Amino acid sequence: MSAKQNILAKLRNSLAGTTPIVDNFDEGLVTRPWTYPQGERIAQLRKLMEAVHTEIHLTTDAAWPALLAQLLRDRQLPNLLIAPGTAHGQRISEHWQHQADLPALKAYDRPVEAWKAELFNDTAASLTSTLGAIAATGSLILWPTREEPRLMSLVPPVHFALLKASEIHDNFYQVQRQFNWAGGMPTNALLVSGPSKTADIEQVLAYGAHGPKDLVVLILEDQ
Amino acid sequence: MNSQARIPAVEIDDDFRSRAHKALGDPQLRSNFRSAMDSLMTKRAVAFADPDEREQLRALGNAVRARALSKLPDLLETLERNLTRNGVKVHWAETVEQANGIVQSIIDAHGAKQVIKGKSMVSEEMEMNHALEARGIECLESDMGEYIVQLDHEKPSHIIMPAIHKNAGQVASLFHDKLGVEYTKDVDQLIQIGRRVLRQKFLEADIGVSGVNFAVAETGTLLLVENEGNGRMSTTVPPVHIAVTGIEKVVENLRDVVPLLSLLTRSALGIPITTYVNMISGPRQPDERDGPQEVHLVLLDNGRSQAFADGELRQTLNCIRCGACMNHCPVYTRVGGHTYGEVYPGPIGKIITPHMVGLAKVPDHPSASSLCGACGEVCPVKIPIPALLRRLREENVKAPDSPHPVMRGQGSKYSRKERLIWNAWATLNRHPVLYKAFSFFATRLRHLAPKHVGPWTQNHSAPKPAARSLHDMAREHLAQQGGRP
Amino acid sequence: MSELFYNAVPNATRVAPPIPQPRQYPASKPARVYLFGTCVVDLFYPEAGMDAIRLLEREGIRVDFPQGQSCCGQPAYTSGYTDQARTVARAQLALLAGDQPVVVPSGSCAGMLRQHYADLFKDEPETLEQVQALAERTFELAEFLLHVCKVQLKDNGQPVKVALHTSCSARREMNTHLHGRALLAQLTNVERVEHSHESECCGFGGTFSVRMPDISGAMVADKTHNLKASGAHQVLSADCGCLMNINGALEKQRETLRGQHLATFLWQRSGGGR
Repeated sequence: MSAKQNILAKLRNSLAGTTPIVDNFDEGLVTRPWTYPQGERIAQLRKLMEAVHTEIHLTTDAAWPALLAQLLRDRQLPNLLIAPGTAHGQRISEHWQHQADLPALKAYDRPVEAWKAELFNDTAASLTSTLGAIAATGSLILWPTREEPRLMSLVPPVHFALLKASEIHDNFYQVQRQFNWAGGMPTNALLVSGPSKTADIEQVLAYGAHGPKDLVVLILEDQ
Repeated sequence: MNSQARIPAVEIDDDFRSRAHKALGDPQLRSNFRSAMDSLMTKRAVAFADPDEREQLRALGNAVRARALSKLPDLLETLERNLTRNGVKVHWAETVEQANGIVQSIIDAHGAKQVIKGKSMVSEEMEMNHALEARGIECLESDMGEYIVQLDHEKPSHIIMPAIHKNAGQVASLFHDKLGVEYTKDVDQLIQIGRRVLRQKFLEADIGVSGVNFAVAETGTLLLVENEGNGRMSTTVPPVHIAVTGIEKVVENLRDVVPLLSLLTRSALGIPITTYVNMISGPRQPDERDGPQEVHLVLLDNGRSQAFADGELRQTLNCIRCGACMNHCPVYTRVGGHTYGEVYPGPIGKIITPHMVGLAKVPDHPSASSLCGACGEVCPVKIPIPALLRRLREENVKAPDSPHPVMRGQGSKYSRKERLIWNAWATLNRHPVLYKAFSFFATRLRHLAPKHVGPWTQNHSAPKPAARSLHDMAREHLAQQGGRP
Repeated sequence: MSELFYNAVPNATRVAPPIPQPRQYPASKPARVYLFGTCVVDLFYPEAGMDAIRLLEREGIRVDFPQGQSCCGQPAYTSGYTDQARTVARAQLALLAGDQPVVVPSGSCAGMLRQHYADLFKDEPETLEQVQALAERTFELAEFLLHVCKVQLKDNGQPVKVALHTSCSARREMNTHLHGRALLAQLTNVERVEHSHESECCGFGGTFSVRMPDISGAMVADKTHNLKASGAHQVLSADCGCLMNINGALEKQRETLRGQHLATFLWQRSGGGR
């Protein structure tokens, strides 16, 4: 008998004569305390994310490329990784054409094996979209795609994220249900709630452990 | 990384009591743990400010875990089916030897030389680092706390904060000695040093190993939580990802993780959520540009099926590995994690380890508790830890050849002498005439009470019975009142 | 609660009992109660047991003290000698028959009767019924004085600072700390001070104190240190196991501070003579 068969046989034997416990999941408990009036969602998200050193800017669909350019200049970042095939990637490409003195744009347009060392050692910042956010926990929702792969939001030390105000949801339960996550999960789904941190040394909080040291969220209020 | 043996801060003797004795006499250890546990307890209390919400959420967490356990074999098969459909290879291991064998065969298939680990307590059960290093394969921890203890040739002393027994000065010395960097106690600088060293390792590793916080049967998803980012690194950068977990970590539905996630992060660290929640449902797809080409899941038993077999002890498997129990434990706070001498310390360690390694290897575990109940009060999934400790004591003192043994190593504290003493105690206490005689002599002859009563007088003056028993005084008083004696 | 829990198929997966509701107390004082003295009170703090009787009698209640009583069985139970505990528990049950309330001057022993007897007799349905009925009418002393007798204590003493240590099982199983605090708050010249890590175990744990004396010793050392540092003139506890532990340690440390049973303190402060 294989290990699998042995294990399952033991477990089944232990449950002989028993019936499974009924599912009486209390939906209200994970939603009611974590539901906000629409006008308060941004404030709730900011409160939680800023408490863990996320930088948040309120902006608009028209203004964000210029804002991003300014933030890059302020930080003197030498380059920015984008997904040129996306709509927001194109906005950046266009904006960059009319400006001088901006960081070089890099594209995550080939498998990571082709340029791993450059991604790790010479990519200062990245820009990704988000699928939305969760106000209750202060979390961005990311489902990496071909255009915006997983490492884009992890490896560069500064991560810029675009978030539409209308896509800030109340809580994780509501998000799962509204978007039917259980109906099909992507290869990787992420909740990102701030820059990387650790308190492993004497409980003292330090940022930028392995993931990005800075997370900058641009909230598009009119989207 | 050379694996030359070194004498850790607390010597690992064979005996819980001698390790405890040494730890109790170490002022640095006592001070480090006291302040760390106080801090973690406060954080949890703040995160659960509403007692009604807290208790209801704990009840829901308990119900979700119990439901999963009540269907465990079916859920494991569903999990395997859905993971396999998603392109994840599922392996089963009854023992840590089998698990290490599976990992080794994956390593061999890829000619791997370097392994990077996210955090995994199950890999500690497997002693994976040791097994790999014995075959010349580098196996490096990437969680900052795990990295620190590995550098110092130690085991983790807490399941969430592995280096909690060290202060910044000790880490500074360690980095200075082992990495050759300038001595600095600045925590930010120390973390940046670790970041720099490990970043290169993520790049180079052939295989990334991780644990799993929750395995969702419904969707075939592995859910991992972390704050540092090393977990995402380890499970995304190397071409092969091996996840190892215990068979009890399955939940039925994706929505079941919602309350468990909230309970886990708030109980462990007093935070609403970890920096990253990483949900993995498959390897890199043909059109994707990163992610591992191969994802494996190793499901390990290692004694869990023994706990599962008994309805009461099965509750041990509710555990979501938050660490709140040890944070609140007055024993753990004073002796630290290494004293337990095994992978899992503290209250959860005391109730799960006997199933993993047998009671004979950890005979003092069930007694290393005053049954104060602080652990059970904070357990987010309501494991009745004191009741389980008491039950393990019962198993521990049974005659070793008792029929229908529930546990390996049952009866490891069997003592004919102690059994006779308790039989005598029972006889004394069920026969009023005998009890009265005993209390008469205890009180009237109290001046003969010995000055040294074994271990009691180590910390106390000798107990002296009162001049008259309550039985005596009450009888007299109530007779005067005309009451029934 | 215990019915659903214990009558299930033995290998069924257990769900935790429902969140306990606040206890409902009888609307009026009973005419008679049993006093279950407990073995530690019997041999080491009988005066506390007498003060419990006096406090109850002052409320107009007749106290019955079954002379056959001995021990609730907890020491054997927590040590894993369940059969022996059951033998002794069964003997106590017989003495506490009927429907008279049982008052216990010890939260941990009251907790044993109320919570753990059901575990001892889970395989004996008839006895289990008896045990559940007993649980309903078992009260820790402070709880009974406060919620059933609804005492109003007058303070005849001089100003004093006290620290209250509550046994872990009393705190967690019976909320005794709240009842003790409420009673002390009635005494106008008594100031209750908190001590550091007040809810932490004193290290007694019954046989734990002799099986693991090093760890227990460290715990009682911290507890006595914190009690001394609180500025209290007097330490109080509703549990004699803890008192024995704390007082024994204080005496060995040659400290003058001592602990007293809550019953004795309340009786003396509210003017009861001897």
